[in-house]
Amino acid sequence: MSNELSFSNEIANVMYATHGNPIKDCLQCGTCSGTCPAVEFMDHTPRAIIGLINAGYRDEVLASNTFWSCASCYHCTVRCPAGIDIADMMYALKRYSMWKGQHQEGLIGPVFAQSFVKMIVDSGRSFEPLLAPTYIFKHGPRGLVQEAQTATGLMLKGRLPLLPKKIKGLKKFQNMVRRIIPIGEPS
Amino acid sequence: MKQYAYYPGCSLESLATSYNLSTLEVAQTLGVDLKEIKDWNCCGATAYFPVDELLAHTLVARNLALAEKDGLSDFVAPCSACYKNAYFTNAYLKKDPDLAEHINYALEADNLHVNGTMKVRHLIEVFIEDVGLDEIEKKITHPLKGLRVAPYYGCQLLRPRKDQENVENPQFFESLLSALGAEPVDYPSKTRCCGGSLIITNRKAALDMVHILLQDAVNRKADVIATTCPMCNVNLEVYQGQVNREFGTQFAIPVMYFTQLMGVALGIKPEKLGIGKELVSGEPVLAFAY
Repeated sequence: MSNELSFSNEIANVMYATHGNPIKDCLQCGTCSGTCPAVEFMDHTPRAIIGLINAGYRDEVLASNTFWSCASCYHCTVRCPAGIDIADMMYALKRYSMWKGQHQEGLIGPVFAQSFVKMIVDSGRSFEPLLAPTYIFKHGPRGLVQEAQTATGLMLKGRLPLLPKKIKGLKKFQNMVRRIIPIGEPS
Repeated sequence: MKQYAYYPGCSLESLATSYNLSTLEVAQTLGVDLKEIKDWNCCGATAYFPVDELLAHTLVARNLALAEKDGLSDFVAPCSACYKNAYFTNAYLKKDPDLAEHINYALEADNLHVNGTMKVRHLIEVFIEDVGLDEIEKKITHPLKGLRVAPYYGCQLLRPRKDQENVENPQFFESLLSALGAEPVDYPSKTRCCGGSLIITNRKAALDMVHILLQDAVNRKADVIATTCPMCNVNLEVYQGQVNREFGTQFAIPVMYFTQLMGVALGIKPEKLGIGKELVSGEPVLAFAY
C-alpha cells in the first residue's frame, strides 16, 4: 500500500470538519445533478464529478468548470441521501484548485474570489463597483456597454455610492488577517 | 424592549439601501430595537470560502465578537448570505474548540474574543417569531388586499438545513404575506437559486436561472416578487432588463423586499421605505400606499 493520499481523500481533507471521507459514501444516485440549477452549464454534472473524484481522475476534475459553476445554493446538500455536503465539497475543490494553481483557462470565478478577498483586506468592506471590472475585463466592449447601462440606471436611483467605505479599525483588522494569511507588512 | 445586534451587511449600504431603510422603519413601528454593530466588517458572502476557509470564518467571527461585546444575545442579519455565514460560523465556534482557538488567536490582534454564544437570526424570523403574526396583523392599516405576491425564499435563508425544519416547502413567508392582507402565490421555484454571485462569474448561467424564476412567477400571475436577500433582489430586479434582452422576453415584474411590503401595509410612507429606487416600477404596490 502506498502512503500517498488518494485524490478523493485529499479533497475530503479540505472540507470542513469531516471525519473519514464522506465523498466515498456517494451512491451515484444523481439526486444532486437532478437538483442543481446550474447543471446545464457544467462540463460534468455533480454526480459525475464525484464519480471522477472517487476514481482518482484528478486532472479531469481540476480542468472542469463544474465547481466554478456552483452558486452555493446548497440544494444538493439538503437532498443528498448519503448526507454529503456537496456544496461544501465544491468549495473544497475551488480552494484546492486555487492552491494548486490548476484550473480551466478563462474562468472569472478564481479572479473574482481573489479580487474580493483583496478588497476586504484593504478596506474591511465590500463595494460592488470595484467588482464589476472583473466582469468587464473578461467580456470586452459588449460587457462594458451592458454594465454601463445597468450602472447608470442604479446611479440615477441613488443605489451606487461613488466611494467605497472603510472600517475605522482597519489597522487592527489587518493585523487580525495577518494571523491567518500573508498579506504583506503594513505600509 | 429587547435589543438586537443588527448586522446590515455591505449591500444594504449601496445597492440595497431601500432594504435598510424599510427594515429600520418597520422595526421601529413594530417595537423591535435594532442596534447596529459598531465598525462591522464584510462577512465575505460566498467569495472568501474558495480562498481560505479559516479566514472566512475569522472575518465572520469578528462581527460576532463585536456583538457579544455589546452584551446582546441575538445577532440579526437581513441578508441571507450574511445570515448563513454568521449562523454556521457561530455554530462551529460553539462545538469546535480547535477552530475557536485558531480564530481567537487572530481576533486577539484586534483586542476581541468570540465565544459563539449569539443566537443568529434572519430578520424575517425576528418579525414572525418574536413580534408574531397576530401582533403584525393588528397594526396593519393598509392591507394589501388582492395583491398577488410571489414569496421568493431563495437559498441561504433556508439552506443548509439547521435542524428538522421544512426546507422543501416552507410556508412562513406565505403566512407573513397573508397577515399583510396579500395573496401569496404558489409557484414551483420559490426555493430555487437566483444564481447568486454567478451573475458576475458566469453571467449566462445566472441569467438563465433568473429567467426561470421570473417566468414561473409571471406564469402564476404574480403582481410582485418579494425577497429576503439583497443578492436575490439585485439578480431578479437589476438584471431583469438583461434577461429580457437575452431571452426576448418582456418581463416588467416589480421585485420588492418583504420589509417594503410590510411597511406599506403598516401605513409607512413609500419614500421612507426606499420605494422609487427600483429599476422596474413598483406601481402595483404603490397603489396600496394611499
